[in-house]
Parts: sequence; structure tokens; C-alpha cells
Amino acid sequence: MDLVKVLTDSLRVAVGVPAAAYALAAVGLNVHFGYTGLLNFGHVAFMMVGAYGTAVTVDQGGPLWLGLLVGVGAAAVLGLLLGIPTLRLRADYLAIVTIATAEILRLVARSNTAEPITRGVFGIQAFADPFYDLNPIPVGRYGFGSFNFSHRQLWVILVGWAAVAVALLLLTALMRSPWGRVLRAIREDEDAARSLGKNVFAYKIQSLVLGGVIGSLAGALLAIDTQAVNPDTFISSLTFFVYTVLILGGAGRILAPVVGAVIFWFLLQLSDGLLRGALEAGWLGGLIEASDIAVIRFALVGLGLVLLMALRPQGILGSREELLTDER
Amino acid sequence: MPTTAAYLIITALLLGAPAASASGETIRGDLDHGGEPVAGVVITVRSEDQVVAVAESAVDGSWEIPVPGPGVYQVEISVASLPEGVALRHPDRSVLSSVEVQAGQHKAVVFPLGERVIDRSGALARLLNLMAKGLTYGAIVAMASVGLSLVFGVTGLVNFAHGELVTFGAAAAWFLNASAGGPRLHLLFAVLPALVLAALMGAALERGLFRPLRRRRTGNVALIVVSIGLSLLVRHIYLLFLGGAPRAYEQYAVQAQQSWGPISLPPKDAVIVVVSLGVLAAVGLMLRHTRIGRAMRAVADNKDLAEASGIDVDRVILYTWVLGATLAGLGGILLGITQTVQWDMGYVLLLTMFAAVVLGGIGTAFGAAAGGLIIGVTTETSTFWLPVEFKVVVSLGVLILVLLVRPQGLFGLKERVG
Repeated sequence: MDLVKVLTDSLRVAVGVPAAAYALAAVGLNVHFGYTGLLNFGHVAFMMVGAYGTAVTVDQGGPLWLGLLVGVGAAAVLGLLLGIPTLRLRADYLAIVTIATAEILRLVARSNTAEPITRGVFGIQAFADPFYDLNPIPVGRYGFGSFNFSHRQLWVILVGWAAVAVALLLLTALMRSPWGRVLRAIREDEDAARSLGKNVFAYKIQSLVLGGVIGSLAGALLAIDTQAVNPDTFISSLTFFVYTVLILGGAGRILAPVVGAVIFWFLLQLSDGLLRGALEAGWLGGLIEASDIAVIRFALVGLGLVLLMALRPQGILGSREELLTDER
Repeated sequence: MPTTAAYLIITALLLGAPAASASGETIRGDLDHGGEPVAGVVITVRSEDQVVAVAESAVDGSWEIPVPGPGVYQVEISVASLPEGVALRHPDRSVLSSVEVQAGQHKAVVFPLGERVIDRSGALARLLNLMAKGLTYGAIVAMASVGLSLVFGVTGLVNFAHGELVTFGAAAAWFLNASAGGPRLHLLFAVLPALVLAALMGAALERGLFRPLRRRRTGNVALIVVSIGLSLLVRHIYLLFLGGAPRAYEQYAVQAQQSWGPISLPPKDAVIVVVSLGVLAAVGLMLRHTRIGRAMRAVADNKDLAEASGIDVDRVILYTWVLGATLAGLGGILLGITQTVQWDMGYVLLLTMFAAVVLGGIGTAFGAAAGGLIIGVTTETSTFWLPVEFKVVVSLGVLILVLLVRPQGLFGLKERVG
């Protein structure tokens, strides 16, 4: 097994576009879950709305920038629609409603009824060419040795991580402002915040919309990277992957999404590479086949999430004192 | 005869779904006329007007033609080779011009023969049939949901891994009944050991995972996330062992429909309704009249008070997990009998179970059962007006609606909602 290649592959993936998109999605989720304590289990709905907003607009003949705006706008509307009726409910009820909403959106997108707009189970392809036309990087491959990217990959990676950086700067400023302090107060003790005259409900709505909009950009980034949207990309497992990223980094910490996403993808690719290598070297006997590796990856994420919550719920960056997962 | 259609649908489901590990694409089908297999019919597969292969249907009416790879093919049934008195239902559709075969797929193609009988019944009969089907489905949902509600009642945990307990029962029974490496018991004898395994699984989850976490004062939100990780882990372990294709039990997989007045159902559906309602009634009596049942309700009502009055809360919680997992497992087995056993069957059912539990009032066993029945009948009946693909959407819509209008559910107490 070529260990160096496995490691460089893992590093490539750790800074790749999916990692950036997961980081961005986790920034949005951090606003919900990390700072406001909202148990949003339908984050994938925001990502889906962002991706489909972009793809459908272009598919119907609109320009790409308008598509992004449509995606963001739709995410804001979804946040309002979701928030106004449900934010008065208890945390676990909110979780159920959000996950149900995400499933409804996915099922509708893949239905025959919506096919004229969403193209059903096949989804929409090749809608992001204008984005790649903007690429200022000269044609070629960039990097050292086998750690390299094509000009096209590099362009998406740069834009993706730049979006993450902007979102983080925005969030840092917001969380230092009085507005951010109120959010954290709500997380710690909703009734206390209310008794100080804060309109808890309005703050929660704003948090839901802000995090949702960031999540929708993450969805659009994923869609632009693959030049494809498909309803079955946006299954609930994606939400829980983003949770794993966030909790791994340490929910409620500014840099948690970045740390979490990079480590998450590094470990995922590393375990993939090691398994594949061991399989090719024949070390595993007939225990697993190549097609099982993708399945094992999901199982490992699940195991990781359980162990993380059991052993280090504050994640890598968090502190035990400011642990948001231990009441209600 | 309705049987024909049901049989065709079931074989299409069983064999037409893409198998995860299969390689070598084929196009296949079953020919039958009024329930009788039709043999010796010539089927031709072409690719861009080049003949790929020709085959004849076998004695059992089945045919299968290997194709060189994924792609679009034309499939033709030779009308001349049909036996005397058998004709295509749609004479103009002897050639299917664009049959798309995906990688690794055994694509099922249907050539309906003879008159269609199923739609002769009127709208009312169709509605009644849907309701009967809904009752079967609802009974299964009800039984599977009771455990979810009970566990929430005694521990406050919203268990996102409850669906995996449903799959566990179904998969354990499949292993004992139909797996190549298993003991190949008759399904009726496989049920009991499978339920014992399910009960052990419930006990193991409580003793091995959730009790230690409770001891460490892990919060509810953290426990929910743990249950999600658990669900992800266990579900994909099932996928490793079961494979992606649906599995059927050896017995009762395909049954002729029987008519009771305007309603025609396979007899297994009637048995499922009777069994589930019986089990639910037994659980209800147990909760009301036995010591442990009363203890469960006491712990659900007020844990501290129950503990103060001498109830061993940990033991009650353990028994609740065992009971819940057993019921979920039984629900899974029954679901496997009406449909098929699949690695994600419980996960797919999870949101429907949430809908049932929330509708009935979370934390109450009776509510979960009633909610399950209502959800089952509502979703099935909705297909009378809506496309079938919106079935789950309807149940989730009900879920959201209930949470908005009456979050305590139909039978819950108002103060349960914080």
C-alpha cells in the first residue's frame, strides 16, 4: 500500500470543495445550534433550496447570479416559514418538524408532479458554465507532486473557502455585537433572556434565517462544483454529516466548522484509502468487497458521532463549561 | 383477476430493483394470463435495430435476457407466438422502444396479457380497499411506534435509532428464515427467536449505551445526537450484511387475494391486523393492570416521585426498552411480510412513526397506537386523490399540522409540552 499517496489524497480531500461546502453549511448550523441552541435537523433543506434555486433558475433561462439570489431568497423564506410556527415548540419538537420539512421538500422535488421544474429523480446538470467562464486561473495543474489540482478545481476551491472566510468574519463580528450576546443568552437560558425584555422569538427567527441563508450558499457551492443537482443528494444523512463536522470542531466556536470539516474529510478519505489499500493488498481476505467501502464510511461517521458525543461532546475547540447540549 | 396484477407488481419489486452487488445487466419479466403462466412466448431484445438476443418464456412464464451493458434497448414480444386465446392487453404495445437499463440492473418489463380486471370495481370499492390496506399499514405503524413513545415517556429520549430496531426484527427473522447461511426455519417458527433477539438488542442498547450516558448526566439534546449516530452506524451495518436489494421471506411472500364483500386483500393482511390489534390490546392491559406496567406509567408521569415511592427506575427503564424493541421488531417482521425486508425499511418508517407518536400525544402508549392507525389509514386513503409518491408527504404534513395546531397530540396532556 502506498501510504504517501493515501495521505496526500486525504489532504487533497481535506481542503477540497466538499470540505469547504460542509464547513460553510456548518457555519450556518453553528448559528442555529451552536449559538442559539436551535435543534435544526432539517439543515439539508436549506442546502437543497440553495442548490435547486440556482439550478432551476439557470435551467429556466435565467443567469447564474440570479440563480444564487433566488436560492438565498428561497432559503430566507423557508427560514421564516419554518420558524414562525415552530420556534415556540420545545427543542425536540423543532427537530422533528425540521427533519420532516426537509423530507417533504426532497420528496416533492423528486416527484413526477414537480418534474417540469426539478426534472424529477434525474435532477439538473450542466448549469454552472458561466461560473467556470469567470475562472482567471491559467490552464494547468497546481501543487506539489501528487498534491495538485486542476485550474478548474482550484477556482472552485478558492471561491468556496473565500465564502467560508467571509461567513466567518461576518459571524465573528455578529457574535461580538449585542445581537450575538442575546443569541447566546437565549441558548443558555431562554426564560432569563425573556425576563430581560428581549424578544426571544424574533431573535430565534433571525438566527434561523441567517443560518439558513449561509446553509443555502453551501448547497449552491456543492451544486456548482459537481454541475449537478439531484434530490437524493439531499437526504437527511447530509444534515447529520454537517452535525458531525460541527460537533467535531466544537459547537459554538467560530472556527469549529473549518476545523471540523477539514478533519472530518481527512479522516473519511484516510479510512477509505486505508481500507482500499488493505483490500488491494489482500489483507482483508474475502471479508469486504470494494463496493462495501462506501457503506463502511457511513457506518464510521455514525460510530464517530456516538463516540464524540459520549467522550468529548465539546469537540476539539469547545470547553466543557460552555456546553450547550446538556439541558432541555 | 387482481392476483395477476399483485403478482406482477411484487415480482417487479423483488427482481426489478437494482441489486447492489449484482453484475451483468439483464432484462426480464414474467408473463401470465389470468393467473396462469404463459410459456413459449418469444421475446426479442434489440439495440439500435441490432438484435441482441432472443429468448422464450419458461414453464413458469418467466424470461430473462442478458444485455451487453447499461443502455437503452427495444424489447418486442412476438404476438404470433402467444398461445390460442391469449392476447396483449394493449395490442399497440408489443414493442417497448426505450427500455433503460442501469448498471447492474435486472430490469423488469411488463407485457400485460388479457383483460384488466382490477379497475372494474367502482370508486367506493377502491376507497374501501385503500382503507383496508391503510388499516394493515396503520396496525404495523401503531405497533412499531408504541416503543418509541414508551421510551420517550420514561427517559425523555427522542430515539432517532428506533427505526433500526424495526429493521432489526425483520432482518433477524429473515436471517433465521431465508438467509443462505441461516437455519431456514419456517417463518412462523422464526418469529419467536427473532423477537428474543430484538428484546436483547433493546436491553443491550439501554445497558451498554444509554444507561451509562444517563449516569454521566448527558443532556437530552446530546442523547438525541447519540441516537442519530447510532442510527447511521447500525443502518449501514445492516446494509453490509443484507445488501441493498429487497429480501423476501420464504413463506407468505406472494399470496392470492381473497374477497370479503367489496374488499379484496391477501389473507396475510387480515392476519396482520388481527395480530397487531391483539398485541396492542395485550400491551394496553399490561400497562394498566400489571405491577411493571403501572411502574412504567408512574416513571413516565414523574420519575422522581416514582423513585421516591420505591420503584427501581433503572429496572423499569430497562424493561421499557425491552418491550419497545420487541414491539418494534414485531412491527418490522409484519412489515417485511406485507412488503419486503430492506436495510433501511425502519429508517424510512421513522418519520411516519414520529407522526403517529406526535399525533397520539408523545409519551402515551395508547396515543401512539391510535396515532399509528390514523396515520396508516390517512396515508393510504390519500392515494385515492393524490399520486402515490406523496404518501409520505401526507403523513409528514399531518405531523407538522398536529404540532402547529395541537402539539400535545390527540390524547396528550397539555402540560407535557414545555
